[in-house]
Amino acid sequence: MSAAPMLSVKDLTHWYGARLGCRDVSFDLWPGEVLGIVGESGSGKSTLLSCLSCANQPSGGQVLYRDRTGAMVDVHALSEPRQRLLMRSDWGVVHQNPRDGLRMGVSAGANIGERLMAVGARHYGDIRTGAQDWLGRVEIADDRTDDLPRTFSGGMQQRLQIARTLVTHPRLVFMDEPTGGLDVSVQARLLDLLRGLVADLGLSVIIVTHDLAVARLLAHRLMVMKDGTVIESGLTDQVLDDPHHPYTQLLVSSVLQV
Amino acid sequence: MYVAVKGGEAAIDNAHRLLAEERRGNPDVPELTVAQIREQMALAVDRVMTEGSLYDRDLAALAIKQAHGDLVEAIFLIRAYRTTLPRLAVSEPIDTNAMHVRRRISATYKDLPGGQVLGPTFDYTHRLLDFALAAEGTADNTGPAPAEAPVERCARVTDLLNDEGLIQGEGDPGGPVGDITRAPVTYPCDRDVRLQTLARADEGWLLALGYSTQRGYANNHPFAGEIRMGEVSVEIVPEDLGFAVCIGEITVTECEMINQFKGSKTAPPQFTRGYGLTFGFGERKAMSMALVDRALRGGDLGEDVVAPAQDQEFVLSHGDNVEASGFVQHLKLPHYVDFQGELVTVRALRAKAEETR
Amino acid sequence: MDTGYNYAYLDEQTKRMIRRAILKAVAIPGYQVPFAGREMPLPYGWGTGGIQLTAAVIGPDDTLKVIDQGADDTTNAVSIRRFFARTAAVATTEKTTEATVIQTRHRIPETPLREGQMLIYQVPIPEPLRWMEPRETETRKMHALQEYGVMHVKLYEDIAHYGRIATSYNYPVLVNGRYVMAPSPIPKFDNPKMDRMPALQLFGAGREKRIYAVPPYTRVESLDFDDHPFEVQTWDGACALCGATDSYLDEVVTDDAGGRMFVCSDSDYCGDRRAAGHVGDQGATAADYVRVTEAGQ
Repeated sequence: MSAAPMLSVKDLTHWYGARLGCRDVSFDLWPGEVLGIVGESGSGKSTLLSCLSCANQPSGGQVLYRDRTGAMVDVHALSEPRQRLLMRSDWGVVHQNPRDGLRMGVSAGANIGERLMAVGARHYGDIRTGAQDWLGRVEIADDRTDDLPRTFSGGMQQRLQIARTLVTHPRLVFMDEPTGGLDVSVQARLLDLLRGLVADLGLSVIIVTHDLAVARLLAHRLMVMKDGTVIESGLTDQVLDDPHHPYTQLLVSSVLQV
Repeated sequence: MYVAVKGGEAAIDNAHRLLAEERRGNPDVPELTVAQIREQMALAVDRVMTEGSLYDRDLAALAIKQAHGDLVEAIFLIRAYRTTLPRLAVSEPIDTNAMHVRRRISATYKDLPGGQVLGPTFDYTHRLLDFALAAEGTADNTGPAPAEAPVERCARVTDLLNDEGLIQGEGDPGGPVGDITRAPVTYPCDRDVRLQTLARADEGWLLALGYSTQRGYANNHPFAGEIRMGEVSVEIVPEDLGFAVCIGEITVTECEMINQFKGSKTAPPQFTRGYGLTFGFGERKAMSMALVDRALRGGDLGEDVVAPAQDQEFVLSHGDNVEASGFVQHLKLPHYVDFQGELVTVRALRAKAEETR
Repeated sequence: MDTGYNYAYLDEQTKRMIRRAILKAVAIPGYQVPFAGREMPLPYGWGTGGIQLTAAVIGPDDTLKVIDQGADDTTNAVSIRRFFARTAAVATTEKTTEATVIQTRHRIPETPLREGQMLIYQVPIPEPLRWMEPRETETRKMHALQEYGVMHVKLYEDIAHYGRIATSYNYPVLVNGRYVMAPSPIPKFDNPKMDRMPALQLFGAGREKRIYAVPPYTRVESLDFDDHPFEVQTWDGACALCGATDSYLDEVVTDDAGGRMFVCSDSDYCGDRRAAGHVGDQGATAADYVRVTEAGQ
């Protein structure tokens, strides 16, 4: 891992009116690292993710990102066009519900192709080849290229969303419960696939999950959240096998070990 | 082939002549006068004035006559006339508290200062055809109406609630009031522009949308706080005088709906309001408008915007019946250049499909 | 003038407001300028945007031509021409070369336009992104940020399903390398004529209250893919009346047995060619054609 962090988060705080979303969250993310954020629903982990990924403007704090030129930029201070450009090029988001990340009215091929066209691809043949290549990598058969996502199963839709996100080779991907709402067997296959892709592409990932099994499988490092604050963080094995905070102990003991 | 390469001029002239003949109907039947329409089809006149946004009973009656009784067409005639009128002054806000009330009801209080005044209403009539009217005699229940003195100046129900702080206030947000006839609507838009748009909107459109909120699409538990109809005076402040002078009196119908609101992060639970106003006696429209106005405030109140009636762009951009009627009916115009383009494309696609078969 | 209305119907304040919008539109080619469209005495969707533009720019020295579907004598063109003859006392013509202002619905004349002429398009839906994104709040942002990838999604889908781009009219264009613009429902056959046209092109959408423009000699490119370049409609035959092979042809059904003939949609262009001695290869004469088209009246 390189010596300079890719993402540096300082005192990130968000309030929804009088209600706390998250408070004083600080951490660094290194290139190629997968960081898991775990906690129960309502613990503030989704709020944190939406502030990190620019879906929400935080009430306080900073998110600094090291761009391809090596410069650190304050992402919330960027103009909207530059923010959106970042989302199209360097960053990707995988939503829990594939419907939020896909265009349901156009074919699978066009869903992947749109990201390429959004960054300037104008050769139909290349776009289609690129789309089919990625369909293959997420184990969707070529003959489904021209089908609409709504004819796909939940697991396939999620794999399509992942292909759409990764086709432009983002450096940093945010995932919000990517396996939520799927059957256990489908989840296992998807996790396997994700782990392979993340390793192959050397992606940096921030993944939010309430499922400690998912966290153990994918994340190098964990942050445990409760009531909007980070109560414990460290290497995944350390946190899960030797939890220090009583709440983490409770969380770990209340789920099946994997 | 009605779109001939030659002959369009003659065809249009003929169509106009036929139209004039249709308008008159059987010449053995006496022609309707504008005064008859104005006096005896008053509710049609009121609707044309409201949606045509021009308060002139005689012109509205004329438009109805010219449009063969087609109210949307009559509204179009009035709009096209009004848009050419010079704007001499902008009136002061009308004061409906000072209305000479001819009808005033509240569904929220059994009795209240000023009392309930039923007035001239279809409510509680039995909808039985009155054949006495067909015989051109006088209907039942005529005879001089009881001399009910109009109620002068009574406080509104919402003001009573406001005194207790139970209802959302309606302070003047300040700044100039928008004018949808002088500036294009851009979204999202504020309540002044929304209310103007709703006031001109098609009654049927608002009725259906308001109804949809009652059936669960953005339900906000409405109560008819107050409906009042009567005369108000219109005042302007001439620049050289510097004080308000009354330039006339108009009839309006006003409806204030009172709605539940659970409260949000920033506001305690309280009642909220929806507002409706029409020219003349337009109770159905005023009530519908108030329901839709409240639904459109959902976003400002932090409610989830999920139902059609809460969606500004959807509600406001499709409610004008002059726009809607024109665009729907433009499909009658020739489209054969575009259709030819589609023909060429479909034939080419079919030829390609044949080849590959 | 026999009307109680101002010259060219609109009051002078309104004309000034529209002219300001036109100037802004010319300054930002392809950008949709909101304007406070007025109700016109013709219905929305029937050319109120074009009529307001014409009313704002026309003067007594102008010569006006109005076409609908390329022809001067279609009912709506007649109706609009009459409106201006009556309210603006303006000279009218059917000759493309004689006109200073041409208001059109759905076509660009075949005869190339020159400097000093104005072509005014009637536009039903000015927003080219509308079919992919119905919300104006979002489409405005997409234009501002030049996020046009979604336009190619539609073309991609066409090729994926049909093997070619199937959009045949209102084919989206990129103006001056910046704004994606709806050219109004002209056939894509006419798109190349917009590119670097010497005349000023103005677009008016009355119901949607938008004005936009393409100044003279401005680049107008039809969207396409490198390996699926933009192409226009072609016909196997020529015009039955004048023999033209380079014009947009309308299909006229001549009998119940499926008989068809193809004739120029641009009636002025066809007339000029016939006057110059060109005859269609089916040997049809102008007299045959008039008989056919008047039979249905």
